[in-house]
Amino acid sequence: MLWKTLTYAGWGRVKQATGPVARPERLTSLADAQEDNAGPAIGNCRSYGDACLNSKGSAINMTRLDRVKSFDPDTGILHVEAGMRVGEIARLYAPFGWLPAVMPGTGFATVGGCIANDVHGKNHHGAGTFGNHVTEITLASGNTTRVITPQDDSDLFKATVGGLGQTGVIASAKLQLLACKGDVMTVTERRIDGFNEFIVALDASQATYTVGWIDATAKGDALGRGILEEGETGYGLMPEKKKSKSVPFNAPRFALSSPVVKMFNNAYFKRVPESGRTSVKPIQDFFFPLDRIHDWNKLYGKRGFMQFQCVVPPSQLDALQRMLEKIAHSGLASPLAVIKRMGSGRAGMMSFPMEGYTLAVDFRASAKAYKLIAELEGMTANAGGRVYLAKDATLEAKHVPTMYPELDSFAEIANASDPKGTLETDLTRRLRIRSAS
Amino acid sequence: MTDNWIILGATSSMAKAFARAVADDGARVFLAGRDLKDLETSAFDCTQRGAPLAEAVLFDARDANTFGPIIDRVTKEDGTINVAVFVGSMPPQADIDLDPSLIDGVIADSFTGPAKFLQSIAPEMEARDSGTVIGVGSVAGDRGRIGNYVYGSAKAGFHTYLSGLRNRLTRSGGHVVTVKPGFVDSAMTWGIEGMFLVAPPEKVASDLLTAVEKKKDVIYTPFFWRIIMGIITRIPERIFKKMSV
Repeated sequence: MLWKTLTYAGWGRVKQATGPVARPERLTSLADAQEDNAGPAIGNCRSYGDACLNSKGSAINMTRLDRVKSFDPDTGILHVEAGMRVGEIARLYAPFGWLPAVMPGTGFATVGGCIANDVHGKNHHGAGTFGNHVTEITLASGNTTRVITPQDDSDLFKATVGGLGQTGVIASAKLQLLACKGDVMTVTERRIDGFNEFIVALDASQATYTVGWIDATAKGDALGRGILEEGETGYGLMPEKKKSKSVPFNAPRFALSSPVVKMFNNAYFKRVPESGRTSVKPIQDFFFPLDRIHDWNKLYGKRGFMQFQCVVPPSQLDALQRMLEKIAHSGLASPLAVIKRMGSGRAGMMSFPMEGYTLAVDFRASAKAYKLIAELEGMTANAGGRVYLAKDATLEAKHVPTMYPELDSFAEIANASDPKGTLETDLTRRLRIRSAS
Repeated sequence: MTDNWIILGATSSMAKAFARAVADDGARVFLAGRDLKDLETSAFDCTQRGAPLAEAVLFDARDANTFGPIIDRVTKEDGTINVAVFVGSMPPQADIDLDPSLIDGVIADSFTGPAKFLQSIAPEMEARDSGTVIGVGSVAGDRGRIGNYVYGSAKAGFHTYLSGLRNRLTRSGGHVVTVKPGFVDSAMTWGIEGMFLVAPPEKVASDLLTAVEKKKDVIYTPFFWRIIMGIITRIPERIFKKMSV
């Protein structure tokens, strides 16, 4: 059958939708589904909030359209269907010296999802976003397809990249892969004792891939302490990957209670020796550390979790420090907290990145967490920063036009491409993204 | 020696997962089905996963004229010739009740079409003293049930055919694996009520490869379907006839 009524959720599991979902296994069935009951395309639902949900209509799950359509080993141009997973591209091509130019924190993200959220990775300061390396996108609507490129369809392309699926269903895309030496990573880890040192270290980092883990429970002098990780691809031989594990059931509340998180973070911090260390890892372990534990979102219990991710301009470091203080004093943070230097690279009108610093922290869902995140969102808006829509479940619509100044142009193009609004998602409705004037 | 795998009904998700798995092992693959345009994409995908050669070939279970060209093409290659049969069709039983002539198509897709193909290629396999046939049947073929007994009877016929073919090909070093999958997470089961313990196609594909390596005769995938069907086939008919399972 074409349709199945499903209840599905974003990765954080705080938002859910129930509705008919089609999962085409070939292009003709994608066309059939769109003709029958058009809806937004979804992938592996790794966006955290409601960017991948449509509770007011249908959705088309693209994960079974996941094939390589062409590859040019001389130029590294790869044409894949939208359901192809980023981690699978790395697995197939890294041994031959090619990697996706930008990889998000999970290899389960699909190419369609990476484009629609214009995702970034640990090399954003140098490489820009995923969309900066997309050379062509095929949008499908029923039996008609449209091929767009950044050169010939500049506006539509910029509205499609980072466009939350609002300009059409992405059926396939051509990606410029990045030449790499091989499929292992040389990773250097260093302890960082506090917030200011972290900023200095991030600014000074010369590495291709840089990311900072922050102990979001540390206060006072230790505020902002953490571990700086720097990585380079290289050639080497590694033993076969261990089999991945999965979380079989929802964890109880105490699993991520404040004392447990403090203890965990302390141990995680001290895991790296004071002198720092350099090790060699398989690329998956560096780029997708959590993918080894399937369904790790269940660790947050059945109520789910939220991730707050913001970016603020370099002049607003004070604001970032105040956010961190607020988080540390709340005692609500989970071990997952990340800080990164961002460059100016962005490929779409609604892309998240801006020159500055980005902070991401996970919180188990609770009334206190909602309140805290709302305050952090306000602070981000005041600092001239942005909240990442791919992670968002809570933002107020009023913040969107200031955070995303190209919203009006975007809405105009999206409304022209999808006049009936069949591609709207719970997120675009909640944030009134399509009704900007 | 490189293997050749002919995959009949290659657009299904189970077939796609299997083609990828044998491509990864370095086999040449011939993806046979009706939607050539779609299969050409799948064929290129297989080359990127390790297949030294992958081609889309036209196959229609209801048109025996499409069989010869495939056999001619594959016999040009050296090495073992193997066939994996994933074809089959299962229109809703209610549709068949309205139009009994649909039965012909179900039988052709699920039984007589692939049987004719295998019958034609068997001499080539015997000539090479090797080769494996994987025939995907169904737990529905183990006992006729009210919900899908036309499909079930076609698969039952196919099971019996495969058992005979196994008896024949064993003599020349060949082998036949009969596979009875339970519910597989594919386009065929998507949205159908009452599905449970649905297995991902990749899991079924890896079970098939293990069965080939270990020269299993009849497998259920996932394995617990052997137990479920063991119970269902033992229910006395006078009770079973009143049940709807």
